[in-house]
Amino acid sequence: MKSSRFWAWATFTVGALYFFVPLIATLEFSLRMRRGEYSFDAYRVVFGDDRFQATFTYSVVVAILTILLGVLVVVPTAYWIRLRMPHLRPVVEFITLLPLIIPAIVIVFGYIRMYGSSSPLPFLATARGTDALLIIGYATLALPYMYRAVDTGLRTIDVRTLTEAAQILGAGWTTIISRVILPNVLIAVLSGAFLSFAIVIGEFTMASLLNRPAFGPYLQNIGANRAYEPAALAVLAFAITWACMSVIQILSRFAPKSANQPR
Amino acid sequence: MTNIATIEPGAVVKPAAPPSGSRPVRLPLQWLGVAPFFLFALLFLILPTGYLVLGAFQNTAGEWTFENIGLLFQPSIIAAYWISIRVSLASALLGALVGLAIAIAIVRGGLPSWVRSATMTFSGVASNFAGVPLAFAFLATLGRLGLVTVLLRDLFGFNLYATGFNILSFWGLTLTYLYFQIPLMVVIITPAIDGLKREWGEAAATLGATQWQYWRMVAIPVLWPSFLGTVILLFANAFGAIATAYALTGSSLNIVPILLYAQIRGDVLHNPHLGYALAFGMIVITGLANVFYIWFRSRSEKWLR
Repeated sequence: MKSSRFWAWATFTVGALYFFVPLIATLEFSLRMRRGEYSFDAYRVVFGDDRFQATFTYSVVVAILTILLGVLVVVPTAYWIRLRMPHLRPVVEFITLLPLIIPAIVIVFGYIRMYGSSSPLPFLATARGTDALLIIGYATLALPYMYRAVDTGLRTIDVRTLTEAAQILGAGWTTIISRVILPNVLIAVLSGAFLSFAIVIGEFTMASLLNRPAFGPYLQNIGANRAYEPAALAVLAFAITWACMSVIQILSRFAPKSANQPR
Repeated sequence: MTNIATIEPGAVVKPAAPPSGSRPVRLPLQWLGVAPFFLFALLFLILPTGYLVLGAFQNTAGEWTFENIGLLFQPSIIAAYWISIRVSLASALLGALVGLAIAIAIVRGGLPSWVRSATMTFSGVASNFAGVPLAFAFLATLGRLGLVTVLLRDLFGFNLYATGFNILSFWGLTLTYLYFQIPLMVVIITPAIDGLKREWGEAAATLGATQWQYWRMVAIPVLWPSFLGTVILLFANAFGAIATAYALTGSSLNIVPILLYAQIRGDVLHNPHLGYALAFGMIVITGLANVFYIWFRSRSEKWLR
């Protein structure tokens, strides 16, 4: 047993080194902008950059709208599948897994060819339409995570009884979903939401190919042209991902006992 | 959706009951509940992909042809697919092996419990830390002026780049991809290792099995399907990734997603339908990988109930 514990520590230490050295290196690099001493200059430059503020705000707004669209598409569907059409579950589950099979670059390639200005649905004809298409694309990317989170949440509540009780009290479908089901799976929905946020905030491929002024293409642009700012931005991106995952973990403590972790 | 409620109030109460009083109108109305989802999936997932797939089998005049698929087999495109497959496979296999070792260490290694929870939390973060910022982190670490490169040179007089290593290469990209592949493996495989019941180990020990025999004849066969399944998931994960590679290497490393990216931006292949075929080829490879994944997964779930 002693030797196995030694190997366990050795494995863990080597792994920890691989994962912490890049973080330390990035942090160190981001502080090196001023010659000969450590400073937060790179961060000051980044935060003072108008394009940083503009693209970051843009991506935050897009991420929030993505989450709303995702909730709107996923929650009623997952609810209805559980309540009325369980036989469709394999089909719906398969569809929600498709974005893991079809690479994002292929999906957005399809959008560009299908929704051009001469098509019946000319999303790409206007900037607003392209924004909408980007949000839709992100909702598609987040679909596997969102659906799984919501479905896991629904598993822990008695959908049928809640629905019957609400109907006896005279509630319509909109009321049932928004005021009975949604509050009961709110923690699961929020977990999915924060995961979606972490995925969407720095996404590069779709935003870049749709030519939207999002945070991902901005990051890429800075990376190609600057030395120290990219490291500062990488530290920032890591902090955002970390924050999202921490929120998910804190939320999971409030979830009902039988709830599984999302994913 | 409210109109359903007015038509059939309380119909939900007995869905399993025989459809004695059911009217033919009821069936289509049920579908209204899932219609928005299917419409969304059709418009923004299935049709766009289908459009490219059909386009791959047509020429510019709209006639059906296999010519585009044939054109995929020219050396430059084959080379792009080959390097993509190699990077994805290497990062998937190494990521899976290292991830498995870490998972076994934290579950079975007798380490304090904080090690396990810290590793799981960190893995959740790192598996989602991909894209452009990850490339920045590795440039700051192993780039020409990166911390590790500089430390090796100044402290040990070891010039990393003189050995032929380059972060903008096959191994550089693989090493970078491992940063999200290993944690993803840890996140997925840890529950499977938890599923190895203590009793199996005790039963094996009672029958006189050594630790090695227990792993070879009990644990590994049980873990095997989920291990292979996860390798395939990691493969698909790396195969479709573009942002990290693009930010790391620009267009100097010619992997398929970067080639497709250049094609979408500026028709570098001078044939739009060859672009569709390129996309089709990507779907075929990740699709095949996922067929195997689903198959292995259904086999592994048998043991993990």
